[in-house]
Amino acid sequence: MKHTLSVLVENKPGVLTRVAGLFARRGFNIESLAVGESEDPTLSRMTIAIDGAEHPIDQVTKQLHKLINVVKIRDLDPAGSVSAELMLVRVAAEGDKRTDALQIAEIFKAKIVDVERRSVVLRVVGATDKLEALLEMLQPLGIIEITRTGMIAIGRGRG
Amino acid sequence: MTPQTTKMKGSQAIVASLEAEGCDTLFGFPGGMVIPLYDALYDARHLRHVLVRHEQGAVHAADGYARATGKVGVCVATSGPGATNLVTGIANAYLDSIPLVAITGQVKDDLIGTDAFQEADVTGITLPIVKHSYLVHRPADIPQVIHEAFHIASTGRPGPVVIDIPVTAELAEVAYRRPDGPQLPGYRPTLKGHVKQIRAAARALLDAERPVLYVGGGVISAGAAAELRELAELLRVPVTTTHMGLGGFPSRHELSLGTLGMHGTVTANYAVHECDLLVAVGARFDDRVTGKLSAFAPQARAIVHIDVDPAEIGKNVEPSIPIVGDARHVLAALVAELRKAELPAGRTAAWLARIEGWKAEYPLHYEAPTDGTLAPEFVIEEIERVTGGEALIVTDVGQHQMWATLYYHFSEPRQWISSGGLGTMGFGLPAAIGAKLGRPDRTVIDVSGDGGFQMTMQELATAVNYDVPIVVAILNNGYLGMVRQWQELFWNKRYSYTCIGVQPDFALLAEAFGAKGMRVTEAADAGDALREAIASGRPTVIDFKVTAEENVFPMVPAGQAITEMIGGKSSRRTREKKP
Repeated sequence: MKHTLSVLVENKPGVLTRVAGLFARRGFNIESLAVGESEDPTLSRMTIAIDGAEHPIDQVTKQLHKLINVVKIRDLDPAGSVSAELMLVRVAAEGDKRTDALQIAEIFKAKIVDVERRSVVLRVVGATDKLEALLEMLQPLGIIEITRTGMIAIGRGRG
Repeated sequence: MTPQTTKMKGSQAIVASLEAEGCDTLFGFPGGMVIPLYDALYDARHLRHVLVRHEQGAVHAADGYARATGKVGVCVATSGPGATNLVTGIANAYLDSIPLVAITGQVKDDLIGTDAFQEADVTGITLPIVKHSYLVHRPADIPQVIHEAFHIASTGRPGPVVIDIPVTAELAEVAYRRPDGPQLPGYRPTLKGHVKQIRAAARALLDAERPVLYVGGGVISAGAAAELRELAELLRVPVTTTHMGLGGFPSRHELSLGTLGMHGTVTANYAVHECDLLVAVGARFDDRVTGKLSAFAPQARAIVHIDVDPAEIGKNVEPSIPIVGDARHVLAALVAELRKAELPAGRTAAWLARIEGWKAEYPLHYEAPTDGTLAPEFVIEEIERVTGGEALIVTDVGQHQMWATLYYHFSEPRQWISSGGLGTMGFGLPAAIGAKLGRPDRTVIDVSGDGGFQMTMQELATAVNYDVPIVVAILNNGYLGMVRQWQELFWNKRYSYTCIGVQPDFALLAEAFGAKGMRVTEAADAGDALREAIASGRPTVIDFKVTAEENVFPMVPAGQAITEMIGGKSSRRTREKKP
């Protein structure tokens, strides 16, 4: 099972290295990792996606907790959280392909953020599976370049 | 009220901070990027600096000091090569959970990252082998960082902390102020065990007919030996210790099984194999202990695992009753819980009788050599006789180390000082110096091998320099004996590069350093030589010429079940049958 860990860490130099280094030396495979400042400027929040079938998630969180700079870890339940990822994708769009690209962009509510003669760049935000579906649709046109932020996630409110 | 501050240099703040933490001894070696710190040490009144001859000696000495005293060991090295020479010792302390603070100089703050002279990314290099580390960019942070480093190193599961300090921070002027306390929002070790879990463990103990306490270094670091003994005696539960747990329970106690695992006793390994309840305390189910994991404690209906580090619980073995907490708190709570219950009298009597049977059938044994050499096991027994079993025994790594675990009987915690997890050759001599400086009241014997001794023998100069009267007993067999043993048993006796018969005259070498050197070739002289060495009050090296191809038995070949022992009975090299 895939797990999404929301990890609150002290906003200090080297913390990302400590987390990444821990994953590497314990042999845990990170599917994605995104990090940025949290509501408290002294703390950063990391969203780490990891395959729980491959590594016991319990061991991953316990090892993470041993890092002095890790303040709090939440294993986000998919039903109780929302997640999103940002992707920029440059796709071939010469001649007839341009119309196809624009149509697909519209269906996926992707924005065209760059246009030139031979290609367009789409910007899309959504759950990982939506991004995958978009890529599948764009594949026949010819994908030139992809860049993704990695997933971020947040727990749903209880109210 | 404004807190009291004093203006001083960063280097002086380091010294003031160390003194504030109660540090009285540090081991180090100067260099370009710590000259300001050494200048401040020149004036230090409450801090003794011990100049070693190689930085590896500093970190092992600090480690030995920490193991002997229970305090935080401190070492200092300069940037680059000075710091990288500490790496082995930091890893050694990490694997054995030893409280250690390593202070390293770093190049000027604005030169970091430019491949400056003697620059190495020390926090980066040591990242996987530290409990935590700091690179101090702001000189004003020095007192807080040192305070936190001591706190982290010595609490929870202890471990090494590296503080890398650019020389610019040492030179800067800071307003020194004693820190109020650590500011570590993510660090709160759990010391007290969960009440419900402790109750469950108490019930399991009351129900068990064949319980075994399997005890590791956590009992030593938590200071839980008294609580452990109380628990064992209360229910009459036999105790086996790991290498790291030696001294946590008296070896001569009737409930002691000795050590378990690869070079454990037959009795301990059989007892673990047949137990119906295994209670692990401050131990981590290391592969050298468990052998083949799937065949470890197969009859145990319950496994209780008590550890202060939650990540150890369930890492190798999934316990039925996990308890996160410090060994002393948890064992005390467990005893209190048991005292509330009606204790089943004599419940373990049949089990203890079975264990006595094993002890009688499979005692440790060795044969007297016929080639005129000394049996290494005999030398260990002589050391015990001469010291009345009361010396601090420090070892290097190899066969001699295993013989010391088997043939010396320990009666108290911190009496056994040895590199466990990392298995670091060269640990013994510097660690013995650190131990003796920490416990000057005790006789300190470094049991070493001719291989390991040569890795850090330059520290004899340190022992002479500071008048540290340790006795180094080299069990000299002319081989890298443990590897030779594996080659003999598993590699067709192909002794590839393990013969080190070309070696210095160790007695003369000791004299060259200004220490006392002796050689013993006759069994009858061993005791007198040891007595003379101890009485001399000088650092002494005794070269014991021991049997060249003696093996450490019993032995469980790597990856086998721990009941698959070689050489447990007097007919050597025969495999024991499973019980």
